[in-house]
Amino acid sequence: MASRIGALIPALLAGALALFVLAPVLAVAARATGFALGPADWAAVRFTAAQAFVSALVSVTLAVPVARALARRSFAGRGALITLMGAPFLLPTIVAVLALVAVFGRAGVVNQGLGLFGMGPISVYGAHGVVLAHVFLNLPLAVRMLLQGWQAIPSERFRLAESLGFGPAQMARHLEWPMLRSVAPGAFLVIFVICLTSFAVALTLGGGPGATTVELAIFQAVRFEFNLGRAALLAAVQFALCAVVAVLGWLLVTPAAFGAGLGRQALLRPPGGWRRGGDALAIGLAAAFLLLPLGAVVLRGLPGLDELPAHVWAAAGRSVLVALTSTAVTVAAALVLALAVARGGRGAGAIDAAAALPLATSGLVLGVGLFLMVQPFVSPARLALPVTVAVNAALTLPFVYRLLLPEARVLLSDYGRLADSLGLRGWARLRWLVLPRLARPLGFGAGLAAALSMGDLGVIALFATEQSATLPLVVQRLMGAYRLEAAAGAALLLVGVSFALFWVFDYGGRRYAAV
Amino acid sequence: MKTSILATGLSCIALAAAAETPVLTVLTYDSFVTEWGPGPAVEAAFEADCGCDLRFVGASDGAALLARVQLEGASGTADVVLGLDTSLTAQAAATGLFAPHGMTSPTLPVAFDDPLFLPFDWGWFAFVHDKAKLPDPPKSFEELAASDVKIVIQDPRSSTPGLGLLMWVKAAYGARAGEIWTGLADNIVTVTPGWSEAYGLFLEGEADMVLSYTTSPAYHLIAEQDDSKAAAAFAEGHYLQVEVAGKLAGSQQPELADRFLAFMLTEPFQSVIPTTNWMYPAVTPAAGLPEGFESLRPEISLLMSSEEAMTVRAEALAEWQAALAR
Repeated sequence: MASRIGALIPALLAGALALFVLAPVLAVAARATGFALGPADWAAVRFTAAQAFVSALVSVTLAVPVARALARRSFAGRGALITLMGAPFLLPTIVAVLALVAVFGRAGVVNQGLGLFGMGPISVYGAHGVVLAHVFLNLPLAVRMLLQGWQAIPSERFRLAESLGFGPAQMARHLEWPMLRSVAPGAFLVIFVICLTSFAVALTLGGGPGATTVELAIFQAVRFEFNLGRAALLAAVQFALCAVVAVLGWLLVTPAAFGAGLGRQALLRPPGGWRRGGDALAIGLAAAFLLLPLGAVVLRGLPGLDELPAHVWAAAGRSVLVALTSTAVTVAAALVLALAVARGGRGAGAIDAAAALPLATSGLVLGVGLFLMVQPFVSPARLALPVTVAVNAALTLPFVYRLLLPEARVLLSDYGRLADSLGLRGWARLRWLVLPRLARPLGFGAGLAAALSMGDLGVIALFATEQSATLPLVVQRLMGAYRLEAAAGAALLLVGVSFALFWVFDYGGRRYAAV
Repeated sequence: MKTSILATGLSCIALAAAAETPVLTVLTYDSFVTEWGPGPAVEAAFEADCGCDLRFVGASDGAALLARVQLEGASGTADVVLGLDTSLTAQAAATGLFAPHGMTSPTLPVAFDDPLFLPFDWGWFAFVHDKAKLPDPPKSFEELAASDVKIVIQDPRSSTPGLGLLMWVKAAYGARAGEIWTGLADNIVTVTPGWSEAYGLFLEGEADMVLSYTTSPAYHLIAEQDDSKAAAAFAEGHYLQVEVAGKLAGSQQPELADRFLAFMLTEPFQSVIPTTNWMYPAVTPAAGLPEGFESLRPEISLLMSSEEAMTVRAEALAEWQAALAR
């Protein structure tokens, strides 16, 4: 009886999640007076899908050599570099854009360098700029997801391969390729969908209306035309695009079957020769690409730190509270869903789809829909923080879920039967098997969720009053009032706090996993 | 069920509070409410003798304000909406949610009279540049299009200044607007979703000029003691942004709302506008305007009536998109 109820929990959770994401779209649609999309909307859909596809493909492709190099090389500062390289993913979009521009813009470092050699300026604005920005933002995520994959291959398998005299090529074919087949499609899917909902990055670096994304079209439909039918329809198209890719990704994933290991963490034996230089190059280029713009964020932000208005600290406190609450919710939910899907059986596909759904959500439509839903009952301003927590929990869940799923599958196929035969269940199973084995992705996922929840502002803008402003909103308001230096300072604070939260969870996870 | 009980409870508390001191809710854009905006001074001055509680609720900008009013519909809790501009007022009037103010409009650079909306400040759109880096700025859109000066502008689909620029070109060139945009296409570095991204890119040195206001250099002069910025005077004239406030027909506090609108045009409100909102006050304060507000006064002011602005918007947007989407 208890186990039947236990089996129901993931299904209920997935249902609630789907409802939370889809009901606002319906609420928006219910207020619509007509549904129609124009040719400009379809152009936006085409551009959005194309840039998301290229951005995801480039991010995952580039991540392969970087993750591989990081997996098999050890050097001083490796851990710090891996953590630091995750930071771009956590930047608020406008901060990321200004940081990229400081490096690749017309007056940026790269063009100044080219100028020294008498070479003309290269422009960052255009479709390539959009891809560049999306790769900058998402390469870290791809690297981390693939790196997790490499680290999840039991070290015994590598040792066995070595004793069989495998060269690097055979190692790649028998160990690394199957792992990539199981991890890379998930990474591609997540990044594709993140890029689908991109808006400020795509427009600002896209250089003009040719770079119109679906999210911008939604923005226009809601704010300037109050055409809720068009907004709801565009949100539905966005869901559909995500669904197509999710199904494709799902079909492509083949779970790797390496069998269980003793769980010892051993660094792979690094191949020498030219591969050594290749790995160094991959790590060096990725580090420069990711860290230079981060350096710009720090340099721009430092002078603004002592100009910060007093209420920034209260806003930062609120943001941390929101981030921690939504992280607790999302990590628990993602773990339940990932274990259920890994176990398979009826409904696993549906749960898997529900867990990916929030990724494709238009922040604006979600916000507007929730606003319409709560407004008849209670003043939306009263709910600013609870709504932000709920939205952040829902929107970050797919990331945590995607990180947990491959390792939950491995866990179950390696230890599931043993644990079952020992009658290990409930809390004991969680305490002695699941948490220790999944500590690394749990820590990484929680860090990611916390940091992303710090940076989010898509939804709160509609609900927030002066008393409930979060840190990203303060950054935006400072920028809107000419106070760019103070805004850069507040942005640095935001990045610092996000990064600290991320580090605490990620480090905690890795430490606990090592015990 | 539980939520509706909770909601009833919460609204009871709200009602109980309202019984003691009347609350006037003013829906406005974010930057009005912040501690460096006009909000705090306005609130203190109005509450000093209204015997009420003035509450500001912020939305991100003028366009978001209108969307918010429409979302809330007749069941909204706001009494006054402050911060729409004339590109949006025809659409706002069409919702039927606003009530006439019955007051006389203050005198602006162009004749302005609207039964539903009362102006509280205004400004001219202009391209701002750095005097040292661009000592000889273009003097018209045509000169700009012929030059290789780089500009950054805002998207008219997501930003009110962006929409203002669209109206500016349309008001100045009418049927030739599309041609002007085609000429400008190679000057435009990029188009940003909002004012702050564009201004940020300009300050980073990404463009020679940025679409902003004639009063932007005054901000740098007064708040940062930096006189390096200037606004370029354009021969076609400069388009006006007139910011207005209106009373909602569904207001529970109509007398208080009227009183606020009347207060809006008095000294305590108007005198804080120049150095907090960085716009021209609708009624010039007794002490005159601060330094920098007189340095560029365009000879020709352009402004379409709100109905005209609404009618030409779709066409102007299509021209803009066609010229730039290459």
